[in-house]
Amino acid sequence: MPANIDGHLIITDKDGHLKNLQDWSENVARYLAAQENIVLSDKHWEIIYLLREFYSEFELAPAMRALVKRVGQQLGEEKGRSVYLMQLFPPSPARVAAKIAGLPRPANCL
Amino acid sequence: MRKKILFISRHAPYGSSIAKEALDAVLTAAAYDQDLSLLFMDDGIFQLLPNQQANAIGQKSFASMLPALPLYDVENIFVHLESLQARGISKNELLFDSVQTLDSTAVSALLAQQDHLLSF
Amino acid sequence: MSTLHTVNKSPFTHGTLASCLSICTDSDGVLLLEDGVFGAMTTTPCATRLTELIEQGVRVYALIDDVKARGLEKMLMSNIELTDYVGFVQLSTQHRCVQSWY
Repeated sequence: MPANIDGHLIITDKDGHLKNLQDWSENVARYLAAQENIVLSDKHWEIIYLLREFYSEFELAPAMRALVKRVGQQLGEEKGRSVYLMQLFPPSPARVAAKIAGLPRPANCL
Repeated sequence: MRKKILFISRHAPYGSSIAKEALDAVLTAAAYDQDLSLLFMDDGIFQLLPNQQANAIGQKSFASMLPALPLYDVENIFVHLESLQARGISKNELLFDSVQTLDSTAVSALLAQQDHLLSF
Repeated sequence: MSTLHTVNKSPFTHGTLASCLSICTDSDGVLLLEDGVFGAMTTTPCATRLTELIEQGVRVYALIDDVKARGLEKMLMSNIELTDYVGFVQLSTQHRCVQSWY
């Protein structure tokens, strides 16, 4: 069933990704995170915005390897690790974080 | 065991889905920690032109996507020199500086080093 | 005006543009679209024949969105005209028949 967020109907596909990427807002992200039982903190938001910039630059939702590398380059090596991202976006960080950031499912995510 | 795998992309972008399939295959294979290389030849070299405005035809731009390859640890990117020459395009007109040009003899040698070839 | 020829394959790997140009006569039009727009590059294998036909009065067009998608705007022969989808429809109606070379 579509959710009503700030007066807009938000439609997701069967995996919970936004059908229309332009529907995204921070409140939509909070709603999508709640579907994954995640409460967003500043640590989540910096990854979410990094992902949105990645998508606007490369037109791709990154798989895990590329996400880890990009996070390491931009937010520092201690964050550019699978374990760190796994704690924030369990159980599959590339897929779950992409969903909350309003990106399509990573095509090459295993 | 790490294998040497070369992806050969020989088709122009957008006119068919073959070029996109090649890129998807490379990005997927990158998850397996193998020794990957990517070679552009024939009309495949057109994927490397800058200023592609593919949103005009409702597609994603190769000029946007290909620069993500180093983030997937795909660093061995080659372009066939004679294919560039036949199309009147020089190396410095291409999207990245990191791409290496190989003449036909060098392409033969590259193919001979591989465990697997995947042709698109 | 008799026939509008459309070509959607690259002349660097297919013989379709060459086949088209060998048939094309001076009352015809040629529209390059999809990968056919590579045929409008200054370095196209058919440059000589294309120029000859254009001098005889053949009008040669390339579809602008396909040119932009491939980043070719600054690499085209100057005597080739750019058109859009509306122009494509108009060309189709201005010619008696459309021959697709694919």
